[in-house]
Amino acid sequence: MELLKKLTQTPSPSGNEDGIRDIIKSEVEKFADDVFTDALGSLIVHIKGNGKRAMICAHADEIGVMVTFIDEKGFLRFAPVGGLDKYCCLYQRVRFSNGAVGVVGYEEAIEDMKELKLSNMYIDIGAKNKEEAEKIVSIGDMAVFSGDMETAGDHIISKALDNRIGVYILIDVIKHIKNSPYDLYFVFSSQEEVGLRGAKGAGFDVNPDIALAVDVTDTGDTPNCKRMAVKMGDGACIKVMDKSVICSKSVRDCLTDVAEGKDIKVQYEVLDCGGTDAGAMQLTRGGVLTGAVSVPTRYIHTPSEMVNINDVNECIRLIGAFLEKNMFGEQL
Amino acid sequence: MLLKELTQLNGVAGCESAVREFIMEKIALYADDITVDTMGNLIAFKKGSGKSGKKIALCAHMDEVGFIVSGITDDGYIKFKPVGGIDERILLSKRVTIGKDKISGVIGIKAVHLSTPEEREAVVKQKDMYIDIGAKDKESAEEVVALGDYIAFDSDYLEFGNGKIKAKAIDDRAGCAILIECMKKDYTNDMYFCFTVQEETGLKGAAIVAHRLQLDAAFIVESTTAADVPGLEEHEYATSLGSGPAITVMDGASNSSKALNNYIFDLANENNIKYQLKRTVFGGNDARAFATRGGACATAAISLPCRYIHSPVCIADMADFELTMSLVQAIAENSWKLGGII
Repeated sequence: MELLKKLTQTPSPSGNEDGIRDIIKSEVEKFADDVFTDALGSLIVHIKGNGKRAMICAHADEIGVMVTFIDEKGFLRFAPVGGLDKYCCLYQRVRFSNGAVGVVGYEEAIEDMKELKLSNMYIDIGAKNKEEAEKIVSIGDMAVFSGDMETAGDHIISKALDNRIGVYILIDVIKHIKNSPYDLYFVFSSQEEVGLRGAKGAGFDVNPDIALAVDVTDTGDTPNCKRMAVKMGDGACIKVMDKSVICSKSVRDCLTDVAEGKDIKVQYEVLDCGGTDAGAMQLTRGGVLTGAVSVPTRYIHTPSEMVNINDVNECIRLIGAFLEKNMFGEQL
Repeated sequence: MLLKELTQLNGVAGCESAVREFIMEKIALYADDITVDTMGNLIAFKKGSGKSGKKIALCAHMDEVGFIVSGITDDGYIKFKPVGGIDERILLSKRVTIGKDKISGVIGIKAVHLSTPEEREAVVKQKDMYIDIGAKDKESAEEVVALGDYIAFDSDYLEFGNGKIKAKAIDDRAGCAILIECMKKDYTNDMYFCFTVQEETGLKGAAIVAHRLQLDAAFIVESTTAADVPGLEEHEYATSLGSGPAITVMDGASNSSKALNNYIFDLANENNIKYQLKRTVFGGNDARAFATRGGACATAAISLPCRYIHSPVCIADMADFELTMSLVQAIAENSWKLGGII
């Protein structure tokens, strides 16, 4: 749990994944043949093998805000980094990579909250004036929302579980993987939240035969929510489809088979909105067999995302088992 | 003057040949190799004088927004569809030219006398507009215009005000002009100069160039929205005219490489070149394609601020243009240092 805490609490807005990369690198280095960072900021962990190339990808970035303007009184205006809900921003605390903290407020002249726009909200970092604010932050600096990690029963609540939980899962898989028939590339991709950018670049460079994305997905088990078959506590999700991808049937079937064989609790996921790195990897070069494993997560893109620890463990088992079975079997 | 000549050429996305031929003629003496791919992208290579590690490119797009002929009415009027992002509110009464022979036309709508008060309140939809080329009927229109002909804005290049210029297609002929000038110098590092097609319709040309070259770093020389106009508050300005080239941190399509941005900031400071950061995250440019389509590649965008972009009356500041040129020049001259940076 200490590792997950460290992972979730380290700011990593899209394009600024430096801090999280360092943590991941120190965790996996001794299990890997090669670890390097590419031009877009994705961390690539290579565990050599003689078989087909597999790319397993979890994005390491999170949503946040970017400073676009500093006014005379020292208040900051900001733009969204990734899919930000304007109401969810209100009165949240944000944290910059240099440790500076601010509160999101809005112009109180707005009477109808339907009128609320990000452009009439601001960040208050407690600066007296522009000069003082500029000593603390610059235009272009990014911040993330604060949200401590806590546990509630079997559940973990924190900011940035999207997708530090995926990162956590892959770190665990890397530490325990043995006897994989694949040449393994674990990619902790950058810039997923702003359009699957890191995975696009890395997908081309790794040039995999098979790809698997690990990310969070919504659930359909809270009061009066949108209908969705995924439930917290019902195990790892095998993705069927989302807005970015229709998963390759052979990968989906292979995941289902290994789950059955090892008695791993799984459920199928069809996500109405949102996408993952799977979409980017599948369309790399001439097309790649691609699947995805998701962690059922409530309150995604808020400072209080929630996952079930049993689901997380099932995801770890599922991915481990998947990578130890040769999907290409007799074809080789 | 290059910028004047370039903005007067027509190169609506998908039909950039006039621009490409002009550029090829201007750079022929300075390039070691020139390639035109099947899509029409122009890639010029300049061998460096030193040992070169990284594969580096300067990139600008040749195309502009415009229209395409979609129909001819029985009365000889031209119906049309937009190519690229155009605000339909700006179209009425604008002059255009159609096809290779640059047939003149005017975007028309019935006169004020004939319209109802309700019609005058509403924005006229582009699909209800037509282009009047002065033809007497369909047959005579068809003699000079064909379905699928490209249509460009018709707008003079004008120097006016306090060092300002007005023209169509400053986005991105400004970038093309800067790249041509940069090609005249010699560099330590090998350099690719990429003039791309079909940026305005979805970064299509750049995707192919990125895949072909598989670069380590791409510097996109662009034009971007200036929003220092009435109706917006200062905190909503994307960039302002007269504040120098705009450097992008993030936009709707890509995040610039922090290493490349720091390299640019250092060069600007060393050379006393005034610059500004782009302060909104909307829009996007070829950086997205270069960053991902040929494997992970570091990108940065250096843009000339431009008011009324995507209209026939783009306005830019000559001093900004000169500063952008100086900055891009410095980027090319020092590019041999990038080996230690990216």
